[in-house]
Amino acid sequence: MKIRVTINGKSYSHDVEPRLLLIHYLREVVGLTGSHVGCETSLCGACTVELNGKAVKSCTMFAVQADGASVVTVEGLATDGKLHPVQEAFWNEHGLQCGFCTPGMIMASKQILDRTPKPTEEEIRHGLEGNVCRCTGYQHIVNAVKAAAAGAGK
Amino acid sequence: MIPQKFEYTAPKTLDEALLLLAAGAKPLAGGMSLIPMMKLRLAAPEHLVDLGKLKDLNYIRETDGTLHIGATTTHAEIESSPILRKKCPLLAETAAAIGDVQVRNMGTIGGSVAHADPAADYPAALQALEAKLALKGAKSDRIVAAADFFVDAFTTALQPNEIIREVIVPVEAAGTGTSYQKMFHPASGFAIVGIAARVRKKAGNIALVRIGVTGLSNRPYRAATAEKALEGKLGSATEIQNAAALVAKGVDANSDLHASAEYRRHLAVVHAARALMTALARTA
Repeated sequence: MKIRVTINGKSYSHDVEPRLLLIHYLREVVGLTGSHVGCETSLCGACTVELNGKAVKSCTMFAVQADGASVVTVEGLATDGKLHPVQEAFWNEHGLQCGFCTPGMIMASKQILDRTPKPTEEEIRHGLEGNVCRCTGYQHIVNAVKAAAAGAGK
Repeated sequence: MIPQKFEYTAPKTLDEALLLLAAGAKPLAGGMSLIPMMKLRLAAPEHLVDLGKLKDLNYIRETDGTLHIGATTTHAEIESSPILRKKCPLLAETAAAIGDVQVRNMGTIGGSVAHADPAADYPAALQALEAKLALKGAKSDRIVAAADFFVDAFTTALQPNEIIREVIVPVEAAGTGTSYQKMFHPASGFAIVGIAARVRKKAGNIALVRIGVTGLSNRPYRAATAEKALEGKLGSATEIQNAAALVAKGVDANSDLHASAEYRRHLAVVHAARALMTALARTA
């Protein structure tokens, strides 16, 4: 089936099988390997991307469902070599260890801040419920989201 | 985890979708339950009809004292809807308790209710709200009460060629407090047990109590005995405990590796007391 998807501002058109998952489309067809395949059962959130401005798990969606949509992956956040404030904050606050969950964490964190520019710690933790991290114990991730919120508007 | 091959159609209109369903296709809404099942090959539909892009099923409207929620309205849209938060806060609170942000962004009320997972959240609220479901097929259009809709685990009153068109809930009357309390499954977020409570006070007394229970058994239900025990009372802590103690009475409770039947019954009583207490406090 022919689909047309805008990914990180660039338009793509491909002929895909309906059963191709969005994450596999992004990684294997388009070649954007920033979004990761973690659990593949829609629990871990490593595959989180933005679909028309909403954070979704791209392992639990078919590429054909994204026909006509606009997708943003972690590769689409930095502009002109300058990191997105959330990426910057993850770096500064050491919001990662192995980094595997980080692309999904960053996309979920961006959704929190898009909806709640000044979130409480509870709101941050609630907003990250769909993302699992095996290394950090979450504290540095929460700190990173707080730092990104504090830094925005400076 | 690659699903079996299937044909995919994204119709532009509801009528087009209903014709395809009548011809044997399976509806896809948000896909939060169906796609994982397809990946595990527990489901292998030959033809999927994507309802997710149908604009005429995505709405929240008020007409004549009732609220109408289109089937493809997402949990996130319900959770954040100003009209639902004000006029039917129980439904908004329940939507906010589903899964996680990403699931709520994709999952739809029609899809969740039609799937009828015994651990789903909405059924508790729909029972407590005495909601109605508008079902539509290519040649049919009918209304079914939530009390009659859920037949068994993953089994509903829907005919194979029908979909849920909309969910109908009442505008809460003044003096009503509501609450949804659940025990989250730590990984999936599903309700091991979930209790939705509505309490209405009139002249200091409790005039109406509705309690919806999900997760405990294969079928969500209204705990009528517990409701009656509290109606007409003032709502003291003892009265609430006594009523809550009745929610699981005579119910064939599910048992699995997450929770035994005995533990589920215990959770039902604890969460019923919490839901009733919170709802009562919100009547003011």
